[in-house]
Amino acid sequence: MRSSAAATRLYRRRRFVNALNLGASVLATAFGLFWLVWLLWTLVSHGYQWINLDLFTLPTPPPGSAGGLSNAIVGSLMLTGVGVAIGTPVGVLAGTYLSEFARASRLASVVRFVNDVLLSAPSILIGVFIYNIAVVTMGHFSGWAGGLALALIVIPVVVRTTEDMLRLVPDSLREAAAALGAPRWRVVLVIVYRAARAGILTGVLLAVARISGETAPLLFTALNNQFWSTNMGQPMANLPVVIFQFAMSPYKDWHHLAWAGALLITFTILILNIIARILVRTRKTGH
Amino acid sequence: MLGVFGSHVDRETREIALRVGRTSRSRIGDALFVHVTRVFALLVLLAVVGILVSLTIGAWPALHKFGFGFLVSSQWNPVTKTFGALVPIFGTLITSFIAMLIAIPVSFGIALFITELAPVWLKRPVGTAIELLAAIPSIIYGMWGLFVFAPLFSAHVQPWVTEHLGGWPIVGALFQGPPMGIGIFTAGLILAIMVIPFIASVMRDVFEVVPPLLRESAYGLGATTWEVVRGVVLPYTKIGVIGGIMLGLGRALGETMAVTFVIGNAHRISPSLFMPGATISSILANEFTEADGRIYTSSLLAVGLILFLITFIVLALAKLLLLRLTAQEGRRA
Repeated sequence: MRSSAAATRLYRRRRFVNALNLGASVLATAFGLFWLVWLLWTLVSHGYQWINLDLFTLPTPPPGSAGGLSNAIVGSLMLTGVGVAIGTPVGVLAGTYLSEFARASRLASVVRFVNDVLLSAPSILIGVFIYNIAVVTMGHFSGWAGGLALALIVIPVVVRTTEDMLRLVPDSLREAAAALGAPRWRVVLVIVYRAARAGILTGVLLAVARISGETAPLLFTALNNQFWSTNMGQPMANLPVVIFQFAMSPYKDWHHLAWAGALLITFTILILNIIARILVRTRKTGH
Repeated sequence: MLGVFGSHVDRETREIALRVGRTSRSRIGDALFVHVTRVFALLVLLAVVGILVSLTIGAWPALHKFGFGFLVSSQWNPVTKTFGALVPIFGTLITSFIAMLIAIPVSFGIALFITELAPVWLKRPVGTAIELLAAIPSIIYGMWGLFVFAPLFSAHVQPWVTEHLGGWPIVGALFQGPPMGIGIFTAGLILAIMVIPFIASVMRDVFEVVPPLLRESAYGLGATTWEVVRGVVLPYTKIGVIGGIMLGLGRALGETMAVTFVIGNAHRISPSLFMPGATISSILANEFTEADGRIYTSSLLAVGLILFLITFIVLALAKLLLLRLTAQEGRRA
């Protein structure tokens, strides 16, 4: 009798502990989602009323007058373009080396290791590095320096995804091509890349999403430019830095533009992320 | 006969020669391709070495002038040109510590929910939503923290906490000061939200590598879900979980823009979590372009070097732990 009472007590206790911890886990998930919803709601509620045509057609104004973000939008597109144009080939080729030619070599494991560190390294230090090697030697801030800083952020993302995606390509495909007499470089270019196309594209998209919002590495490289300028050799306006300066300013209308810019950037990034996810998913289910 | 034979040999040798020619040509192509890709792989290595070298060179004048005292001095005075890294180092460590205190249990809860509790149709949406937290740019967290969170926090939460906890012995000192909304605690909380997706997704991934056999055996013995997690899943994935935490810590240490918005940028160490402070990345963001004079710039680069070394060690540790888990996985499989 007594032992069965004790067993019931123990059973109740175990169930209670279980319920308590699982309840805490549900709460933790709610906690995480709560911030996401709050952040997105803030962006929409603060930003939507300032999204209008002027935003895309007028350059950044001095405080107190009407203006938009056109120079910053174009600047951001150009900087992102340069970053991707430099970062993608470097990243894809380095990823190819890791996956195709040096899977188990010592050099490959070192590069893989360092690449993962670079992937999570503080982006502000990348800005400082490019400042030291590009801005100091050129003597002034420039769009090229900004693009280079962004490229350094693109590279580890693309290296990582390229390697992962190339490894998903079955070796039997490579062997079949080799058996037909194709040299390895052709196997990689014609067979492997083609099979992993969607995956590599996903990596590039994720990299674009990552750099679209990066502010810290641009602070010391592209800096900012109040005026309309498409000259990569000069300081260049870009959305993140404009948002930063406008948000930190005391002027109300600058704040409004900052919120509009923030909304624009965040939704662009969310859309890029979703497209990337869909690409990966269709790929996975397709095979 | 001989002629035919001869021509036959000729054709054969010609074919062999052709094939050899082609092979050697494709061998050149292969070698070229391998070398080109290797050069780009080395470029990645070079970039990290370059960051380290350029920071070290830039930091040298300050390190040379202030010596070891640079690490322990809380002076940061551009006028007298005396600099010490203690305040930003302290700020970086304390904000990351607060972030970890919040983010670790929450991330664990989320990973637990996704792997053990959620119905199948809910797993992916919840996982994606949490991962989207990582996609939102740092600057957005900063703006939200400064303009939305801080005012609410200073109006509704801070006065209450200061009134009820501020009088306690020892602990009370943590919660004193005027309710400003911004400061060390706010920075830590925002960092926590920013690193939750990183830690949660690593935890989720490693929880999923636990062999179903182990899990189901425990369930078969009558264990509750929590007991399975504590007794089977966690011990099995311990190394990976710590690796994920390290990865999140590495992110938190180097995070810049969000912290710059809400930390308040004050060069002092105060016992209260509600007071403003500074982190390495926030002083870099605020002062680097305005720094005049060689020693000032060099001191900023020196704190940058310290940040690089700290994050490098933390991230390297994270990577090694996660690698060990995969290796262990390979042995058992």
